[in-house]
Amino acid sequence: MQGNGFHNAKLFTAVNPAATIDYALFQRCVHCGLCTSSCPTYTELGDENDSPRGRIQLMRMVADGHPLSDRMRRHLELCLDCRACETACPSGVRYGRLIEPFRLAVEQADQRGEARYDWFREIVLFRLFPYADRMRRLLLPVRLMQRLGWYEMAERLGLFRVIPGRLGRMAPLLPSRLQTAPRLPKFLPAVGRKRARVAFFVGCVADAVFRPTHWATLRVLQQNGCDVFIPPEQGCCGAIHFHSGDNRGARRMADANLVAFELDRYDAIVVNHAGCGAMMKEYGLHWQDGLQPHRAKFAAKVKDINEFLDNLGMVPPAGRIEAVATYHDACHLAHAQAITEAPRRLLSLIPGLELRELPESGICCGSAGVYNLNQAEMSDRLAQRKVENILSTGARIVLASNAGCLLQIQRELRRRKLPLFVMHPMDLLDLSYESKRPWRG
Amino acid sequence: MSPLVTELRAAAGRENVLSAPSELAVYDCDGLTIERQPPRAVVLPGSTRQVAAVIRVCQRQGVPVVPRGAGTSLAGGCVPLGEAVVLALSRMNKVLSIDLRNRMAVVEAGVANLQLARALSGTGFHFAPDPSSQAASTIGGNTATNAGGPHTLKYGVTVNHVLGVEVVLSNGSIVQFGPVGDPAGLDLIGLLVGSEGTLGIVTKVWVRLMPNPQDFHTLRAIFADVADASNAVSQIIAAGIIPAAMELMDQGILAVVEEAFHFGFPTDAGAILILEVDGPRAGLDRQQQRIVELCRQFGAREVLQASTAPQRELLWKCRKLAVAATGRLSPSYLIEDGVVPRSRLPQIIDRIAEIGRRHQIRIVNVAHAGDGNVHPILLFDERDRQQVDRALAAGREVLEECIACGGSVTAEHGIGIEKIALMGRLFAPADLEAMRRVRQAFDPSLRLNPGKLIPPRGLSPLDRGHPQ
Repeated sequence: MQGNGFHNAKLFTAVNPAATIDYALFQRCVHCGLCTSSCPTYTELGDENDSPRGRIQLMRMVADGHPLSDRMRRHLELCLDCRACETACPSGVRYGRLIEPFRLAVEQADQRGEARYDWFREIVLFRLFPYADRMRRLLLPVRLMQRLGWYEMAERLGLFRVIPGRLGRMAPLLPSRLQTAPRLPKFLPAVGRKRARVAFFVGCVADAVFRPTHWATLRVLQQNGCDVFIPPEQGCCGAIHFHSGDNRGARRMADANLVAFELDRYDAIVVNHAGCGAMMKEYGLHWQDGLQPHRAKFAAKVKDINEFLDNLGMVPPAGRIEAVATYHDACHLAHAQAITEAPRRLLSLIPGLELRELPESGICCGSAGVYNLNQAEMSDRLAQRKVENILSTGARIVLASNAGCLLQIQRELRRRKLPLFVMHPMDLLDLSYESKRPWRG
Repeated sequence: MSPLVTELRAAAGRENVLSAPSELAVYDCDGLTIERQPPRAVVLPGSTRQVAAVIRVCQRQGVPVVPRGAGTSLAGGCVPLGEAVVLALSRMNKVLSIDLRNRMAVVEAGVANLQLARALSGTGFHFAPDPSSQAASTIGGNTATNAGGPHTLKYGVTVNHVLGVEVVLSNGSIVQFGPVGDPAGLDLIGLLVGSEGTLGIVTKVWVRLMPNPQDFHTLRAIFADVADASNAVSQIIAAGIIPAAMELMDQGILAVVEEAFHFGFPTDAGAILILEVDGPRAGLDRQQQRIVELCRQFGAREVLQASTAPQRELLWKCRKLAVAATGRLSPSYLIEDGVVPRSRLPQIIDRIAEIGRRHQIRIVNVAHAGDGNVHPILLFDERDRQQVDRALAAGREVLEECIACGGSVTAEHGIGIEKIALMGRLFAPADLEAMRRVRQAFDPSLRLNPGKLIPPRGLSPLDRGHPQ
């Protein structure tokens, strides 16, 4: 395995990154190729090395002892882990359970091999993002600049482009007007007949950037007869750590949440951003230790807000919204949680709203966690593809149930100076519940 | 870097050529995983002119060229034998025009079948061939294999829906046949469709658009055994009804389909039929009623209509994805593509079961029953050499049996490598010689997809497609 020109071969003579993967998971793939057309990177590039079937073959080659070359690695890193291929696969290949541990192992081998210090990962991703309060304090000057109009000016003058690397890409991702909203309370009572007791999951980036959406979600829950508890000790779901190769950090986050939520008190733990929901629904899968049964029990209680309201039977909102909207399927909702119909059903209850189907709705927008910071070129291509599809519907409102998608889509729209509204379905439902007179989009 | 790769890069652009061994490995087979060979290089051209330039390079270097669409084919048609260059048309994936007045669309070869269907949604027209691989397989690949699908029972296979092709010939020249409604002279389009890339590389296709039927009814009928179901099929055709589709799934495949898609099929059923009638609304009820009567007459215990659009979609999803869902049962499969006269369906299904038992290979069946086209799926583990050999032997016997029943070894998957040795069973030596001459007229140096479709002189029907 050595001396054959593969740059990273030395790292894997001791640890095969596919070592922890159950080989039977590879064998589920019968090589039919029906996944290829669902894959965003294959759709963009047309190279089967960038398709799910191809990537499974690459990982299986490594499992069989082939050293991981730089090129193979690049194809595997270009995967968004959007899991659209899982939705497409007739044989039930669990692709996420192949690529995730594989990349985790590669990442860990990197750290052991060369002790490369990645300040962005260690500080921004692990110490800043997962903590809503720290994020908010950091965003304070941004908010001030926005209020004074300096932020827009800086963007227009291209000042953000001089900020290097991933930090530079983060600046235009922020909404052009960061909205403020009061801190969330510990409890909000049901309006009208009481139908359920739920806990609300707040998250990190979502709370720092989208707190108004949280408020909207809470009001919608109240309108639907839910007593809502918001345990203040809860934290980040751990997805940022997990998808950036810090398995232990992710488990720490997960276990803190096990303590924060008293499961037996609630009918469900409701979450309004798909990325967090997908992570928490898999708490029972990732770590096999003494706490596993408890994590599995936690995971079973987690419900996406769309799923929860659809199951509960949503009280139809009364306020008319005369507008054309389109709904984008967040990968972590459609593919990781198989929820596609619920949000459409809920939105169709808004009087006056015309919901037009978005072509290629299930193709990733290129946000994919921190992918838009790490794989800039592909991320931009997918954002452009998404916006072209959005424009083809003629909609004025774009809806998505995930923070990453909302940021990504609104950034691309703003870059093109297109005045579309980008919202969470709960924002629009809340508007309908709260409105006294018709709203025209 | 080899001179070949250097020249290919010059011809098609650096970013369109793959040459690293690990990247080539991904192109070593199609849906037939037991025949693998990595190519010498993969080219992903962006235009017909680049395709032509690549062909000229390969001719100069004396290297064979193998075209590839999405690589979903099932007979090894795009395996790069002889260290060939793979010409993958996946980057030529634009729907160029949709001309409703002339009921025609023009697409690049790499457009996926479903991509075209989506582009046509809302126009009231569709492209009729609907192979089960349609989510991924390309119009170029459909053309190369003359692909079918459930609805070809009524509407015909790909050749009936191709009005014209743009082809790069083996000398690198670009020619166009059609588009015309009724060709005068030799039907070169008919010759090109189904030629599996041995006569030229199709880069652009003019396809026929069919008006969508005014209405359709989709039914499922549950039978105690395959014989009853097949007899019902024969009787329906004999009664003068041509349904849009008549599909059969046997008990073995039903269990898998149920696990994958949770339709609610009774897993104790011996066979189910999916029947669809379409056309003008007036008369559909009458046809449906007649079909229900005939199914009951042959012992159907339940005949139900899919009452909602999502239910119909799920029913078709079950059928179309059934084959690929067998990954739930075993790591590899070999799917055959036998044809028998409709009336012999019960007999062939019996014989298939017997062959499976004898070779200790589990076989489950789906069939385009209306066409007498049966797809036995032989399940095995490709890492076990003995199992592979047993599966191959069993598959061969199944096809021999189809020929013995007065049928053929392929309806829609093509010959590829897998069935090339059986061509000698289907055709007399003089017929094969005539085909060789036609091929030679198009490709004198035999560099286009060699080792496929037309067997070399002296290949015995008992040989495997190519030496291991």
